[in-house]
Amino acid sequence: MKIESILAMKGLKVITARPDQSLKDAVDLLVEHDIGALIVVDELGQPVGIISERDIIREAARSEAVLARTVADVMTKELIVAAPQDDLGAVLQTMITRRFRHLPIVDQKRLIGIISIRDVLTVQLDKYQGEVDTLQTQISEGQD
Amino acid sequence: MELVGTDAIPLRVAIIGSGPAAFYAADHLLKQDGLKVEIDMFERFPTPYGLVRTGVAPDHHKIKSVTKKFAAVASDPHFRFYGFVEFGKDIALSDLREHHHQILYATGAQTDKRLGIPGEELKGSHAANEFVGWYNGHPDYRDCQFDLSQERAAIVGVGNVAVDVARILCLTPDELAVTDIASHALEALSQSRVKEVYLLGRRGPAQATFTNPEIKELGNLADADISVLPGEAQLGDLSRAALEASDDRATRRKVEILQGYASRKPAGRTRQLFIRFLVSPVELLGNAAGQVVAMRLVKNALYQTEAGTLSHKATDRFEELSIGLVFRSVGYRGTPLPRVPFNERWGVIPNEKGRVIDLETQQPVVGEYCSGWIKRGPTGVIGTNKPDSVETVNCMLEDLAHGSILRPSEPEVSEMEQLVRERQSNYFSFADWLRLDGVEVENGRAEGRPRDKFTRVEDMLAALGR
Ligand SMILES: Cc1cc2nc3c(=O)[nH]c(=O)nc-3n(C[C@H](O)[C@H](O)[C@H](O)COP(=O)(O)OP(=O)(O)OC[C@H]3O[C@@H](n4cnc5c(N)ncnc54)[C@H](O)[C@@H]3O)c2cc1C
Ligand SMILES: NC(=O)c1ccc[n+]([C@@H]2O[C@H](COP(=O)([O-])OP(=O)(O)OC[C@H]3O[C@@H](n4cnc5c(N)ncnc54)[C@H](OP(=O)(O)O)[C@@H]3O)[C@@H](O)[C@H]2O)c1
Repeated sequence: MKIESILAMKGLKVITARPDQSLKDAVDLLVEHDIGALIVVDELGQPVGIISERDIIREAARSEAVLARTVADVMTKELIVAAPQDDLGAVLQTMITRRFRHLPIVDQKRLIGIISIRDVLTVQLDKYQGEVDTLQTQISEGQD
Repeated sequence: MELVGTDAIPLRVAIIGSGPAAFYAADHLLKQDGLKVEIDMFERFPTPYGLVRTGVAPDHHKIKSVTKKFAAVASDPHFRFYGFVEFGKDIALSDLREHHHQILYATGAQTDKRLGIPGEELKGSHAANEFVGWYNGHPDYRDCQFDLSQERAAIVGVGNVAVDVARILCLTPDELAVTDIASHALEALSQSRVKEVYLLGRRGPAQATFTNPEIKELGNLADADISVLPGEAQLGDLSRAALEASDDRATRRKVEILQGYASRKPAGRTRQLFIRFLVSPVELLGNAAGQVVAMRLVKNALYQTEAGTLSHKATDRFEELSIGLVFRSVGYRGTPLPRVPFNERWGVIPNEKGRVIDLETQQPVVGEYCSGWIKRGPTGVIGTNKPDSVETVNCMLEDLAHGSILRPSEPEVSEMEQLVRERQSNYFSFADWLRLDGVEVENGRAEGRPRDKFTRVEDMLAALGR
């Protein structure tokens, strides 16, 4: 299965932040949309970083004045992106070994979505559940 | 406002389609404690079950027993089947909005993806879904023609559909004769002169999407030898490293099975089935009559994407395969429904967890939902549609609780029934289908087959004396 099957079931909007926005703005966006990370984009809409709730908490532990800082100060700049055609299993493996929970999806140089490890695991779980269910149907038929 | 979902005002739900997604959704709705629901299911054919009838291979009989569960759902007094009633033709969205609080699209993926290479239109080049529909008695593909006098056939893609097509081409007349394959296909395939079948994967063995039971089955065919080129069965460094880093036992097993085939000696059977890897067709070549005679293949190499996928890229090495029949099996694709939002890029109805999303406002469309292949794209086995439909139905229930539903002017069950009668006087109720089912089974029994399918709508109507 590919990343595109997750994108098919997500809305069309991607919540983004600009590098010069304050962390307060970022926190407000995370809360308002009930999400765990924001993609940081430049004025051309190109992704330049990612900022997650974990990044903000880590920074808060260092300094209480965290909310006045900018997104650019705290975001992760080495951005790994995935494409809609990426394999779900390979992406999951990458997320686990490199320890990140969110991944921007870029298609023909355009940011088109963000997926979380939870999205990937949900789809994987549904896939396994479905396979088990289908196998059970076959087994019970065999015992008829 | 009066409460919807009670004895006084049952929740009226329209489900479009009658495949697994449709039935799992109906089942989950009917199972809700304390909810009074009345379901109308609309299907464009007189026969229910979607791809379970028209996709699942005829020799995979056991899996079709899932239809017993679906028939049990249909026996609920709060469920009605309207077969031979097409959404967008016999009934419109506006009709449903007048009669239902919620509408669920479960129309599956009705067409196929294309390769986009020169020569794809040549005679002898087909979509796998046409061939599958043809051998399974799908009325839309009843009159397709496949030139089975050709000796060499290639199937592009290495998913489970490609495996189905390869297996059907390799089964003996005796093996086919005990299945529910459509009679016209049984007859044509019994005369087939196809001797060599090629399954073509653009990536390596570890990336093939067919599953292990399916690929094992190919190794146990009565009169076909299977082979894999030893060089292509070996994993390259990237694939080996990826497999070692993961805990993916199924893929390891898959590679072992394929390597086992690579070391098999041919046993002199009538047909040869070759699985090739790391090749992509770049052009189909035709003769003066416009008939495909060969396929030009480019050899691929793997590379790792940023996110870890082993993807393919073309090398500068080419080869030519002479073949007279080509099936592209590179995936199905959904088609748009009139007045329903559609995402062209993914071939699905744009949605969030099954709530249909308006493309302009990016907000959910009140009262409209989707599930199954039209929701998430054409992947997954029958059972995968269950959690998928449960997710959608849970959204429907949540919206009902918030009063975010349609307010139909004619919610009575009888009013919809009346309208269907006016629009399609020949509609099939579930009882009608059960009668037809009985006739098919009876007709099959005489030939020692599970059923003999009707493959034309006129014949289905005639069988019930219409
Ligand atoms: C060739 C093939 C073989 C497969 N084999 C297996 C297998 O062996 N085991 C397994 O577990 N899974 C198998 N699958 C997968 C399985 O069939 C799918 O997961 C499942 O059928 C998808 O369910 P669905 O309800 O979304 O769509 P479908 O099953 O396609 O059902 C959609 C229904 O909607 C109807 N419809 C469409 N448009 C309209 C309209 N406008 N008005 C009214 N009705 C409409 C269609 O006629 C159809 O009946 C196979 C798939 C294919 C393609
Ligand atoms: N017995 C069963 O249980 C059964 C039977 C039939 C179907 N099904 C299920 O139904 C779903 C659909 O099956 P499917 O076989 O249509 O889909 P699939 O598993 O997605 O397979 C599609 C295949 O086409 C290849 N492909 C795509 N584009 C290509 C191109 N341009 N050139 C060459 N190859 C290309 C893919 O390769 P890449 O991976 O490189 O993209 C892949 O090998 C699957 O989930 C399947 O498991 C199950």
